Amino acid sequence: MKFIQKAFDSIKPNFEKGGKWEKFHTLYEGHRTILFAPDITTNKTGAQIRDAGDLKRMMMTVIIALIPCLIFGIWNTGHQHFISTGVDATTLDKFLIGATKVIPIIIVSYAVGLGTEFTFCVIRQHPVEEGFLVTGLLIPLVMPPAIPLWQVAMATVFAVIIGKEVFGGTGMNILNVALTARAFLYFAYPSQISGEVWTYFGDVPPVDGYSGATILAYGASAVANGTDLMTDLAGHWQADMFSFKNMFMGIMPGSIGETSVLMCLIGALILIVTRVGSWKIIVSVFAGAWIMGAAFNLIGANSFMAMPAHYHLVIGGLAFGAVFMATDPVSAAQTETGKWIYGFLIGIITVIIRVINPAYPEGIMLAILFMNVFAPLIDFYVVDANKKRRLKRATI
Amino acid sequence: MSQTIKLKKGFDINLVGKAEKKVTEIEQPETFAIKPTDFVAISRPKLLVKEGDNIKAGTPLFFDKLAEDIMYTAPVSGEVAEIRRGEKRKLLEVKILADKKLEYESFKKLSVSDIVKMTREEAAAQLLKSGVWPNIIQRPYGVVADPATSPKSVFISGFDSHPLAPDMNLLIDGQDQYFQAGIDVLRKFTSGEIHLSINNNDEISQVFAHAKNVRLHKIAGPHPAGNVGIQIAHIDPINKGDIVWTVHPIGVTQIGKLFLEGIYDASKVVALTGSEVRNPQYIRTYTGACFSKLLSGQLNGGHSRFISGNVLTGESVGPDGYLGFYDNQVTVIPEGDKEEFLGWILPSSKKISFHRSFGLSILKSRKKEYKVNTNTHGEKRGFVMSGAFEQVMPMDVLPTYLFKAIIAQDYDEMEALGIYELIEEDVALCEFIDVSKNDLQQILREGIELIRNS
Repeated sequence: MKFIQKAFDSIKPNFEKGGKWEKFHTLYEGHRTILFAPDITTNKTGAQIRDAGDLKRMMMTVIIALIPCLIFGIWNTGHQHFISTGVDATTLDKFLIGATKVIPIIIVSYAVGLGTEFTFCVIRQHPVEEGFLVTGLLIPLVMPPAIPLWQVAMATVFAVIIGKEVFGGTGMNILNVALTARAFLYFAYPSQISGEVWTYFGDVPPVDGYSGATILAYGASAVANGTDLMTDLAGHWQADMFSFKNMFMGIMPGSIGETSVLMCLIGALILIVTRVGSWKIIVSVFAGAWIMGAAFNLIGANSFMAMPAHYHLVIGGLAFGAVFMATDPVSAAQTETGKWIYGFLIGIITVIIRVINPAYPEGIMLAILFMNVFAPLIDFYVVDANKKRRLKRATI
Repeated sequence: MSQTIKLKKGFDINLVGKAEKKVTEIEQPETFAIKPTDFVAISRPKLLVKEGDNIKAGTPLFFDKLAEDIMYTAPVSGEVAEIRRGEKRKLLEVKILADKKLEYESFKKLSVSDIVKMTREEAAAQLLKSGVWPNIIQRPYGVVADPATSPKSVFISGFDSHPLAPDMNLLIDGQDQYFQAGIDVLRKFTSGEIHLSINNNDEISQVFAHAKNVRLHKIAGPHPAGNVGIQIAHIDPINKGDIVWTVHPIGVTQIGKLFLEGIYDASKVVALTGSEVRNPQYIRTYTGACFSKLLSGQLNGGHSRFISGNVLTGESVGPDGYLGFYDNQVTVIPEGDKEEFLGWILPSSKKISFHRSFGLSILKSRKKEYKVNTNTHGEKRGFVMSGAFEQVMPMDVLPTYLFKAIIAQDYDEMEALGIYELIEEDVALCEFIDVSKNDLQQILREGIELIRNS
């Protein structure tokens, strides 16, 4: 590895003060530190040794936790393609066709996102930070497989600039960056991100009777038309697609990475064991969603409300959102008590949006963004309680 | 005896290089030094000696113009060899070429019963003049105590839980009567209690077991259980307006000796520790000893860092540096000034981490000793709130919010969030585990100074 170090050393003068590429100094450092952990040592005073964990490693752990969702998403994209077009195919074929759809989205997301980030690093002269490592993979996983690549690019640019850089970069953002990308698409291109984007057909027309409707769309239409949701679901062209077990496995159309609850739970396990993600948030999102679902069961005003509460846990992006989006340490509540409240309210709001507001079938995205905004308020009261305890002690 | 205080939060940093539990007599270093920088509050030191002066142990060297009563005195007798100044003529070190046989300034010598009868004013005068007073630290702020104040209570931590920390039982072995006399002197300054905390998991030293007029507390748990600040928070927390004193057991024995023997005896047992020390052991020397002699023939070679104190709160002083006033430990560890290929992601079982991110072994054995260098393992970043600070902070304080308040220079907020309860050592573990690699001890000190000078 000496020769790479030497190569870096040989171009280093160009990036130092007075060098011809002085402005690109942060990019040089950024690339060098990816290959080599830097040789920075601790100060003369203060802690003389530092923990081996850093932000890069933390981010990498999230990426590793996302891999099961990604691999399943690639397979499922291919699988949905073949069943919707009525073709029998091998697992390998499914992976291949899935990869041809998913990999370009990932490439666009990273290329555009990192490009934007690098531009900002140079303009603002701040170091290249590792936040986008995770965001760059989260964005593709919340995209429908058939989305045009230019929309991915647009969403990524918007998310990095408006979601993050305007606030000062990694660690400063208020909203979850990947969800900002998703929300941008949702509101900027509403007609394109609903309907038939959930399955990739290619040149082949779908088979007769095919319906790309998701369970959330069924729910909304059941409310609108006053039909019985469970009967509607049974009448889906793939009769067992919306069985609880199948939805838990995630073999249905949807955003690339979010359909499989099983894969999300594997990711959750990785995050919890490595203590990178907060188990309190994950558990409380699920709890909030189930309790709200159960509450709607009691009301039972329409058939969507009467849908068994545990269905809410496996439909839409709830699991993916709970595990990977809500736990983002930057935009989540930061106090331990606050995390319970934050997660619980996300779960509740998700189900309320799903059931009550048919215009926005996917509630988790909006619920998390909404609670991102309220997280500082929750923290404020938790911190305030701490201050009050201290004050109270003083008067005794 | 009160109940055991059990702490769950915290983290023991288990390093290679623990000192073998026996005290070796060594040939004493030629030079010793007193560093005004060891005392955080000293702002305008006034020198009382010049190069070439002959001095005795206990002769005043300098004082702070803002606290003229408190003398800082020579730990050994000899000749003032050098007065080292830094930028803007800042006083850095007063170096003393030590006599082979020490001479002591003589102070009033008292019997045990006389000590009991002595007034507070008499006690204070002798402590201040002799240079023993700076052993008394005042909270809030963690500065040398103001002789005009009366603390609501005095805290003594009877154990040190820092990495490679010396065994307190060894440091104070055989000092029973001095320790007790020190306690009796301290009693004169407070109407409250003198609290002495001991480690629940260790054998209790006879010195502590026999101590009278103190309230004994048992503490159990990982580091920072031994930090006196944590103990205060659980026993009798500091509120706004409160003043509490803390004294290291070595300081207590020095106080006792000053009155029983009439001398300032700066001798102490010091642990030589760290992976780069060939035979980690305890030695007997004096405050301000020069490292080069202490460590001669003891080094493994290689580019090393020489720390006065422990790896969390110590100061890097170099191979020819001097032992700090409050330190009972020397740590030598390798420098980490090398790049590491893909070091940020490759799994490693040799690195120590509180976190369990990918590649940092999840199945950690508490018994395993790590060899750690001074590399920061990452660059400075914005705060990312992972909730990890709170997991190593066994008291009701929210460190991240406090740090934010300090950075924003929000005085009310700092006060409300409990800055009075903390000094640097209490957040050292936060600094160690911080994935964003911020200098939290320095940030806290800046906050404390803002409040102290407001």
